[in-house]
Amino acid sequence: MTDIPHLQRPNRALQFYAALFLIVLYVPILLIPLFAFNDSIYVRFPLQGFTTRWFVELWDRQPVWDAFGNSLRVGVAVSIISTILGVITARAITRYRMPGKTVLVGFVMTPLIVPSIIFGVALLVVISRIDLIRPTLYTVALGHVIVCLPFAVATLIPRFEGFDASIEEASADLGENGWWTFWRVTFPGVMPGIVASMLLTFVISFDEFVMAFFLSGNEVTLPILIWSQLRFSQQFPSILALATLILFFSIPLILLAMWINRLGLAPGQIEGDGA
Amino acid sequence: MTTSDAFISIREVSKYFGTFKAIDTVSLDIAGGEFFSLLGASGSGKTTLLRMLAGFEPTTQGEIHIDGMPMSPVPPHQRPVNMVFQSYAIFPHLNVRDNIAYGLRKAKLPREQRYAMVDRMLELIKLPGYGLRRANELSGGQRQRVALARALILRPKVLLLDEPLGALDKQLREQMQLELRALQRKVGITFVFVTHDQEEALTLSDRIAVMEGGRILQVDTPGGLYEAPRSRAVASFIGSMNFFAGQVRRNGAHDAAIETEGLGTITVPGDSLRHADGAAVQVALRPEKFTVSPTRPDGRQAVEGQLLNAAYLGERSHFYITIPGRNDPVAVSAQNRSRGSGLGPAVEAGGTVWLSWQDDACVVLDPE
Ligand SMILES: Nc1ncnc2c1ncn2[C@@H]1O[C@H](COP(=O)(O)OP(=O)(O)OP(=O)(O)O)[C@@H](O)[C@H]1O
Ligand SMILES: [Mg+2]
Repeated sequence: MTDIPHLQRPNRALQFYAALFLIVLYVPILLIPLFAFNDSIYVRFPLQGFTTRWFVELWDRQPVWDAFGNSLRVGVAVSIISTILGVITARAITRYRMPGKTVLVGFVMTPLIVPSIIFGVALLVVISRIDLIRPTLYTVALGHVIVCLPFAVATLIPRFEGFDASIEEASADLGENGWWTFWRVTFPGVMPGIVASMLLTFVISFDEFVMAFFLSGNEVTLPILIWSQLRFSQQFPSILALATLILFFSIPLILLAMWINRLGLAPGQIEGDGA
Repeated sequence: MTTSDAFISIREVSKYFGTFKAIDTVSLDIAGGEFFSLLGASGSGKTTLLRMLAGFEPTTQGEIHIDGMPMSPVPPHQRPVNMVFQSYAIFPHLNVRDNIAYGLRKAKLPREQRYAMVDRMLELIKLPGYGLRRANELSGGQRQRVALARALILRPKVLLLDEPLGALDKQLREQMQLELRALQRKVGITFVFVTHDQEEALTLSDRIAVMEGGRILQVDTPGGLYEAPRSRAVASFIGSMNFFAGQVRRNGAHDAAIETEGLGTITVPGDSLRHADGAAVQVALRPEKFTVSPTRPDGRQAVEGQLLNAAYLGERSHFYITIPGRNDPVAVSAQNRSRGSGLGPAVEAGGTVWLSWQDDACVVLDPE
């Protein structure tokens, strides 16, 4: 006899499927750090021995630093802009009864399903038509905001939905106008979502390739640099080292974003009703 | 305006949600310092009316004046009213002290003075020392008090309360009712109190407005509503009531006779009768206005009936008695002054009893 409820009994087939899924997804990614520490210019087994010289080599290359700086600047700008736009959009979607709301939601969310190559080409066409604008980091940032906005909105909407509207009314009732109510009540309430959205959109922008490929002109971002260096086989191990660094920096950031977001949504955290 | 002491004056106010009329031409005057209740079944428009007073819902028609000022151009954050929400709406990210001090920002007081005011409020709501508790560490009753303190600290002219005791259990509810009433006397603020609990409204209020389907049926003191309801809806909403169809037979200067189904021809005091001779009316009598006895009482109007069943409730007993000429049994409630039910063992179900009543206990209403 077992006392585990029927629905909670382990399902062997499902466990096998999950394990297979994780292997297919992550083993190729794990190969990257493996070869980044391999003491050989060729990516092949057997491994030759442990080295950190690819990382040292990376450290001394100015173009890598330049590209890193570009990606950082674009990423920070994009995370701030798309999160601000996300707050406005999510609030509008959850608070106001407006005509054409579903159309608006669909419009904001399309970049999730339309391949970014299409957006990239379209933006490039527009930009090349307007003489005043050249492909620069600004145009990359613009493209990234389009890609990131759906993620920001999707992260923020549950925060606004879980937010008791009578809390804002209570603030108005106690004498605060819309602006102060937002700062004193709404903003702290959705803060975890804002932090999560900023981390998430930063990482997406930092790792984004397609938009940057079309829109970056001659100021390259890190993914573009990686791509352009793939042609030179003697550079390859240091590119793996770079990819390893990006991995070890992106994954914790995403996990942190998810954790912060979960943190605030835990039951009992945002409530006005008696618990 | 006829009532010069009206502090809140609601003039022919209507509210539509789309095509649905949630409030239907309501007019009300509420005096300063009054404990005024809005009582009605679910969906009768109580919350909507309260939210219009607070400014969260614009009025579709009509105007609300508070302290002589028309309210329609005034947004919620500038109205001289504060609200205690049904959900309490305590700010979850602030502790008790910051919740209570929330509305003091504009007063630009030094911190010590602000905190001193909060401490005085905490004394008032009997939660001294709770200032640093987080909102989610409070019980339902404590939240309710914090919501109250948060509004009272601003010394509003009017406090609006939307079923503030609805979420509490019976015992706490009764305790909070007493505290609320005592508090209102102490601070002297006008309370507009929404409830669907008639007992609560009767206990607390100076006056009560009974609402149904967005209209106000009657505004009166608790005693007035109970003893002199003006319609069948009010009579049956507050307490329970027996109705007897009848017809006015004589409308003299001093008393009048009404021929009723079941009670025979009864006499009622003439000044309580507004109806013309021959008019169809209803006579309403509350269960506790009847006296039941095993034998015919002397010197009073009485009818003979049969005891259908009796329920012993400790403090009082309920009897259902069938009388000739009336289909429904008459509900009677009697206090158990001696031990056992009032009738004693002499009468069993099916036995003969006599029903009697005082003339002035009858309420004469329009027919349905
Ligand atoms: N925002 C709204 N949109 C449409 N209809 C509404 C809205 N608010 C209230 N109503 C309707 O107006 C009527 C009155 O609602 P209200 O909330 O005032 O009732 P209530 O007397 O407070 O009831 P309860 O005791 O259940 O709280 C109801 O029929 C309700 O469905
Ligand atoms: Mg209500």
